[in-house]
Amino acid sequence: MLDSAVTADRIAEILEAHRGLEGPLLPILHAVQAAFGHVPQSAVPQIAKALSLSKAEVHGVISFYHDFREAPAGRHVLKLCRAEACQAMGADRVAGAVKAALGIDWHETTPDGRVTLEPVFCLGLCACGPAAMVDGRLVGRCDEGIVAEVAK
Amino acid sequence: MKFYVPLDSAAVALGAEEVVAAIIAEASRRGVAVEVVRNGSRGMVWLEPLVEVVTDSGRLGFGPLTVADVPGLFGDLAVHPKALGMVEELPWMKGQTRLTFARVGVIDPLSLAEYEAHGGLAGLRRAQGMDRAAIVAEVTESGLRGRGGAGFPTGIKWKTVSEAPGAHKYIVCNADEGDSATFADRMLMEGDPFCLIEGMAIAGLACGATKGFVYIRSEYPVAIRIMAEAVRLAREAGVLGPQLDMEIRVGAGAYVCGEETSLLNSLEGKRGVVRAKPPLPALQGFMGQPTVVNNVISLASVPVIMAKGAAHYRDFGLGRSRGTIPLQIAGNARFGGLYECAFGLTLGQIVDEIAGGTASGRPVKAVQVGGPLGAYHPRSQFDTPFGYEEFAGKDGLIGHAGLTIFDDTADMLSQARFAMEFCAIESCGKCTPCRIGAVRGVETIDRLARGDSSAIPILTDLCNTMKLGSLCALGGFTPYPVMSALTHFPDDFARSKEAAE
Ligand SMILES: Cc1cc2nc3c(=O)[nH]c(=O)nc-3n(C[C@H](O)[C@H](O)[C@H](O)COP(=O)(O)O)c2cc1C
Ligand code: FES
Repeated sequence: MLDSAVTADRIAEILEAHRGLEGPLLPILHAVQAAFGHVPQSAVPQIAKALSLSKAEVHGVISFYHDFREAPAGRHVLKLCRAEACQAMGADRVAGAVKAALGIDWHETTPDGRVTLEPVFCLGLCACGPAAMVDGRLVGRCDEGIVAEVAK
Repeated sequence: MKFYVPLDSAAVALGAEEVVAAIIAEASRRGVAVEVVRNGSRGMVWLEPLVEVVTDSGRLGFGPLTVADVPGLFGDLAVHPKALGMVEELPWMKGQTRLTFARVGVIDPLSLAEYEAHGGLAGLRRAQGMDRAAIVAEVTESGLRGRGGAGFPTGIKWKTVSEAPGAHKYIVCNADEGDSATFADRMLMEGDPFCLIEGMAIAGLACGATKGFVYIRSEYPVAIRIMAEAVRLAREAGVLGPQLDMEIRVGAGAYVCGEETSLLNSLEGKRGVVRAKPPLPALQGFMGQPTVVNNVISLASVPVIMAKGAAHYRDFGLGRSRGTIPLQIAGNARFGGLYECAFGLTLGQIVDEIAGGTASGRPVKAVQVGGPLGAYHPRSQFDTPFGYEEFAGKDGLIGHAGLTIFDDTADMLSQARFAMEFCAIESCGKCTPCRIGAVRGVETIDRLARGDSSAIPILTDLCNTMKLGSLCALGGFTPYPVMSALTHFPDDFARSKEAAE
């Protein structure tokens, strides 16, 4: 559990650091997610108040974008590209094998909290697909062996 | 010894960091002093990581390099098993006309001194001595059209913003590059970030803008890091001048935010829903002020146009497609990567000659041109020259010039279904034809997959509704991949009921 007072302080710092930006909400949400691994519920009213927005507006923005999570992810995040150029190199087959090995579907986390599996639509590695991202690290020409990288 | 090892995402994804570590370890084991420059990629992705060793006669290439190949780089280079010869002399490099990508892969992307030594800043200096209208006229005369997909003449857009009244004006660079098969924006930002900055500075002068934003998708961590560093260096060196400041903004994983009005909403901190046009962003864009929204490659092509003159650029190309285009060859390609050349090569030349056919060695079945909203082209259209009007004439589009090659194992019904599924996932939800149409599209194609051929007219009708009734090209162009798959590959849609059951 996140300590709520500590959370509020850290969010206040982030809000302060983004003062004066034009259209600061996305940079703020990115910073909050970088700090906590997700955007905690408690951040919503605090951000809304600071930017003179309604809570619904802030929530609407968080839910619009695929990147923002409202709950923590697993210890590792494995993103597999599902887009056409990777499909042409067998991405669907690799995704099927990875899902079977982990026993989860897209957007799910293994029961032990080890891995979250996310689809991504292109990483700009379209000439060396299938492409993947493991905890922010790029991998080209990947196969189901990628599961070993998140085995820890 | 001096080495070049790309910092480009594709090189990194194929092991460049491990190669750099191995070079440094081997050098220290041997007591050799080494310098490792992290350059952009030359664009030959099948050779990445492509390591270059500086010799008296030029830069020798080695690739694709593995850690095991590193010790050999300290021995007799002539007998190294991965030796490729002089990089500049490789056929892939010699066949190109590199105007926009002239420096990518050549220089250290974060060295302003090298940037200038290779022709950088000449365009900006020339623009500084011209009045606004003259800069706009030069860009208009070059024939440059937007490389983000719509192909709108860049000079005309700038003219509108330049002449629009407004307290503040903005230059927004669209670096959302969400299309599958495209990576030219990424390679340019990672390999020659000052070129984009210079292009934006010139746009600022031409339009009287005081603020520039580069909106980069979050899937591009390397490009974000390099661009942020380059903006800091450019600001320190005074390149941006007193009139323009720049900021890097990061997207949040929504494909539709590449659409310019959705992007502006996102920049303002809102949901990335599409705005109805008019008003044009050129008149009422970011925060309601006159705003240029241009693709990375459009802006990065301006410095060379200003440095060498509009005619130099315009003399390349075909019909109304002037200048050069960075082709991005992707998917199942034997030689995949970035190839900049004048417009006008045929699709067949690109696929069979430059890309060398498929990586799998099997026959090419289809090529999707222009990303997820582009059509699937069969071999019978391989005589189509690469140009805006030429592809429109084939019920297709060149988009951001990405090409995805598929071999004969591809199932075009699945590809059509994916196009609809993607549209459903990424729809911003503002208009009904796109939001609901895409979901119905998936269901209808599933009926076809079950052998229910009575669904074909329904699918055709649905595509027409999406095409005519959608607010933006997400819903409006999803019919291109769907209808082209259906038209050119009818056998894949004719499933017998028994087989499906
Ligand atoms: C769904 C959708 C996605 C788009 N994605 C991009 C993109 O990632 N990059 C881009 O430059 N243009 C994209 N565009 C085109 C932009 O709306 C706009 O035409 C372009 O940024 C204008 O710049 P240009 O004239 O330099 O091409 C997209 C359009 C649509 C409808
Ligand atoms: S399509 Fe997978 S990385 Fe571009």
